[in-house]
Amino acid sequence: MLRFVIRRVALTLPTFVALMFVTFIAVRLVPGDPIEVRTGERGISPERLAQFRHELGLDRPVWQQFLDYANGLVHGDFGVSIVTKTPVLHEFLTLFPATLELSLCALLLAVVIGVPVGVLAAVKRGGVLDHAVMAVALTGYSMPIFWWGLLLIMLVSESWGLTPVSGRVDLINYYFEPVTGFMLIDSLLSDQEGAFWSAAQHLILPSIVLGTIPLAVIARMTRSSMLEVLSEDYVRTARAKGLSPLRVVGLHALRNALIPVVTVIGLQTGTLLAGAVLTEHIFAWPGVGKWLIESIARRDYPALQGGIMLISGIVIVVNLLVDLAYVAINPRIRHG
Amino acid sequence: MVDARTPAPLPAHTPSLADERVNTDDTVDASGMILPLEADAGASPVESVPAERSALASFWAAFRENRGAVAGLAVVVAIALLAVFAPLVAPHVPTEQFRAHVQQPPVWAAGGSWAFPLGTDALGRDLLSRLIYGARISLGIGISVMLVSVAVGIVLGLAAAFLRGLVDTVVMRVMDVITAIPSLVLAILVVAVLGPSLLNTIVAVTVVYLPRYVRIVRAAALSELSKEYVVAAQVAGVGRLRLMFVTVLPNCLAPLIVQAALGVSDAILEAAALGFLGLGAQPPTPEWGAMLADSREFIRAAPWIVTLPGLAILITVVAINLMGDGLRDALDPKLRRS
Repeated sequence: MLRFVIRRVALTLPTFVALMFVTFIAVRLVPGDPIEVRTGERGISPERLAQFRHELGLDRPVWQQFLDYANGLVHGDFGVSIVTKTPVLHEFLTLFPATLELSLCALLLAVVIGVPVGVLAAVKRGGVLDHAVMAVALTGYSMPIFWWGLLLIMLVSESWGLTPVSGRVDLINYYFEPVTGFMLIDSLLSDQEGAFWSAAQHLILPSIVLGTIPLAVIARMTRSSMLEVLSEDYVRTARAKGLSPLRVVGLHALRNALIPVVTVIGLQTGTLLAGAVLTEHIFAWPGVGKWLIESIARRDYPALQGGIMLISGIVIVVNLLVDLAYVAINPRIRHG
Repeated sequence: MVDARTPAPLPAHTPSLADERVNTDDTVDASGMILPLEADAGASPVESVPAERSALASFWAAFRENRGAVAGLAVVVAIALLAVFAPLVAPHVPTEQFRAHVQQPPVWAAGGSWAFPLGTDALGRDLLSRLIYGARISLGIGISVMLVSVAVGIVLGLAAAFLRGLVDTVVMRVMDVITAIPSLVLAILVVAVLGPSLLNTIVAVTVVYLPRYVRIVRAAALSELSKEYVVAAQVAGVGRLRLMFVTVLPNCLAPLIVQAALGVSDAILEAAALGFLGLGAQPPTPEWGAMLADSREFIRAAPWIVTLPGLAILITVVAINLMGDGLRDALDPKLRRS
């Protein structure tokens, strides 16, 4: 097992190096001069320009800039935002809890609904419920989530007035210092009446929007995995022993059917983070997705570069963990 | 599965299909003529029926059983026809602004008229016409992305599988990096580098979806390479390029076709998302995602401007996915989900 872990971890290192290279090159190719963006249209004296370029290291050979960049990354230095002058890592870490909170809620929603629905569809295979679940899952899977978000805002927020349109909490009535960065927890810690409710209200629509595609994927996967397991011998044995159907399905079958589902859940990280960009854009959710889009508009190279590095790094690490967890549960692969 | 994908000999050859050795030799001779859809060589019903027709027919028979897939195909064909004949079908020019009819509701709502069946947008442009022309753009993007990524995927995947070594490592590591970056984030990065436009949307989405095709082709080719007919072809002195593209490739096509069909819908969604973020097709292009981009301020006043373009995207994507699922079940029973 240890050898497998070491090999698998070693295999991700070239990916990280290549990722550094790709982000560096790509961001270098972005049109538009960052200095010009910062100084505006007025223009500045050539001396001032040269000074700026020197400060930012833009006057040095490209390969040297890359080495500096790589060296910085290894030491946790992701550069400094050209626009806000704060370290990129700091900005990212400030905003990331918002994205994480949203993603976790979306994933929770997807699992809590997706797994039972998938199990039900498998048990009632071929029935009306099964067909309905599969049809809804296909729709969810095909959903343009940015439109889905607008639709929900139109109905739930505008027509029915049930939820707020944007942001994380009602800033006019509530203010509290971030402790964990998770609005749900911070609002509870703040002891202000109604703060938690406000945060939860803000969270519900974005979570639905972001959770839709993972929900559909999880429901489909649970169903097909369950169908496979239900035809196994040990399930028949359990039935033959006279165990109650609930026990057979809920305990014997589900436990085994969940292994591939857990893998699929892990592999949704990329989907979630890509979806977060759109969801945060629609709901003005102050997370890393919205920040990334704004960085492009501001031509903030270091922010863009560091942001993509960090987001992709998270995806790589999570996928690695999923792989390792899968092997831990299922030793056959290790030796295969 | 293995047997089902073994290519059939030409009808001109003797139908001694049972003998595997003969079959293998025939394959080498006739490899130039193998049909991609060849799925069921052993079951050619009658000798007089050409093998390729029976393959198509058996594919269609399997596909037809799936009612959802047939419905999806019908919708896709309908949308494709609308897209092709857009200038004939659309009641108005998609960019023409009718200043007297700004934000006119659809025909079924109060204040609607048949002159603008689905109403007009904030600039008085006919929504129906814009949606019909939008089908051209969305399907165009989806199909272009699919064609380019299939072509590049075949070349890179076969190169990785046949050359192994450094080429394999480099190609696959690059694909790993592309996969590690969340799809939309990568597309945004590519568009940021190239600048927002319709063409660059195609480039960006192609880059994002390339790894799947490369991996599928590589995996399929690797599993084919160990089979006897490939060895036989090598012994017979078939050149490397011919071996790659003529002998092996046709037998890797089933999973590729399935992925290509599903890839069209993914590409449409991705391109629409870019358009929505203002990084795709630029106004006044009637791209569905871009049409939604500034519809937000009309949520109260003109909900149809928000609803209809998204509905067009959803219907198209659902139809393609239904069709793709049917293709998968018919072409590649191994991948069948249940």
